Amino acid sequence: MKLLSLASAIVALTASGLMADTVAPSAVKFEDGTVMASLTGVAGDPVAGRDVFKGRKLGNCLACHMNAEMPEESFHGEVGPPMDGAGSRWSEAELRAIVSNSKMVFEDTIMPAFYRDSGFSRSAKKFDGKSILTAQQVEDVVAYLMTLKDE
Amino acid sequence: MKFSKLLAGTVCLAFVSFSAVADQDAKLIIEGEEISVRASAPAHAENLDEVVSGWVYRKDETQALQLDDFDNPAFVFVDQAIDEWSNVDGTAGESCSSCHEDVADFKGLRPSLPRVEDGQLVTMENLINECRTDRMGAEAWSYSGSEMTGMTALVGLQSRGMPINVAIDGDAASFWETGKELYYTRVGQLDMACSNCHEDNYDTMIRADHLSQGQINGFPAYRLKNAKLNSMHARFKGCMKNIRANPYKEGGEEFKALELYIASRGEGLSVETPSVRN
Ligand code: HEC
Ligand code: HEC
Repeated sequence: MKLLSLASAIVALTASGLMADTVAPSAVKFEDGTVMASLTGVAGDPVAGRDVFKGRKLGNCLACHMNAEMPEESFHGEVGPPMDGAGSRWSEAELRAIVSNSKMVFEDTIMPAFYRDSGFSRSAKKFDGKSILTAQQVEDVVAYLMTLKDE
Repeated sequence: MKFSKLLAGTVCLAFVSFSAVADQDAKLIIEGEEISVRASAPAHAENLDEVVSGWVYRKDETQALQLDDFDNPAFVFVDQAIDEWSNVDGTAGESCSSCHEDVADFKGLRPSLPRVEDGQLVTMENLINECRTDRMGAEAWSYSGSEMTGMTALVGLQSRGMPINVAIDGDAASFWETGKELYYTRVGQLDMACSNCHEDNYDTMIRADHLSQGQINGFPAYRLKNAKLNSMHARFKGCMKNIRANPYKEGGEEFKALELYIASRGEGLSVETPSVRN
């Protein structure tokens, strides 16, 4: 019985593209503005995270945040604070919380929750039941932000 | 090495903000007539001190296209609508001009729309289609199609320079409340409301776009992006798609109510129709 339900859970997880170790969006544990545990158990890749940061179809973080580490990009947004020094200002666990669901950290913020897949109103069909970023992309962008240290 | 790279970054950023932001005190004068692009906010736009036309936030080159009707690409479509005005269409054998002697008689209509008639909120598009179906025996035009946007531009132009002034009390009040509710409701996977961008963050850059208050005094608007006139509801739909929401229907009750609410937030701005945007 137990074995069976576990097996079906694994099938369901693999079907939705999640690895067994991946924390589902609804299972992310927020504690005092932090998410302590990695969402995947796989270390984030800062190089891939840089692409997540600027990619218009990925995080598009640059739409709202200036980032002096990306001078080659011509349009930097001003809606949120500049990202310079973010990795000195915040811990990895705090950054994971901010990116996963900023509303758990900044009340009523305009910043979207990048790792949330339900509870939206009138979500377009194409994105229904999906999070903006995958768990690994969140880990990657967090790893990238951790490289943005104060001089 | 690192230093020079950083320096190049600063220069590049500075360049971006200069080129993107136009002179905010520029005046909009078309054919010798001043169009109010700023006004003090009406009391019912609770969180604004000043209302500002989207024209103010466009780049110099885009702003310039609106200063002279010969340069304004929207007038190609206005000219087509002038032809359409006297074109007989439908089973009754009539054209617009059979009933309305001069399109200039519509001066004053644009700033008062949408309005309530027999308990229904009606937009200019509704009024035009009512003439087509009920009086001309012609097919209704599609809500944001080129015939319709051309005609709403021509009729709206007759009121250019007049202040927006819609009724929001009496039987309009409940529609206005619905529109207000929609304006502040977060939707889509990005979970944003119109207010997040157009009230809380206007006059800031969101990547390459300089956010305005999302006013509708210039509609239909010619957009350089798609080289045609765009209806208000098509614009609402576009913004909803950008936040990955399932948009409401053009011409539907939700967008009509939103139109009334947003029109009321622009009270005091001049009708700018047809405007030029990017
Ligand atoms: C639509 C705008 C928007 C987008 C897109 C956005 N953010 Fe934010 N972000 C904000 C705002 C606004 C704040 C400030 C918090 C508040 O609302 O008070 C913020 C705050 C932050 C902070 C804390 C800032 C500090 O140092 O004080 C971090 C880190 C951050 N965002 C990272 C990201 C990353 C990474 C992405 C993309 C994966 C992203 N943001 C996308 C608007 C945005
Ligand atoms: C993520 C940010 C964002 C959100 C949320 C948003 N918009 Fe926009 N909107 C824009 C941008 C960017 C533009 C183009 C630049 C400008 O005029 O602000 C724009 C333009 C407009 C314009 C054209 C203004 C003009 O002068 O030409 C209107 C009208 C408008 N939006 C209405 C809405 C409505 C209604 C909603 C909610 C359903 C909405 N917007 C939600 C970003 C947004």
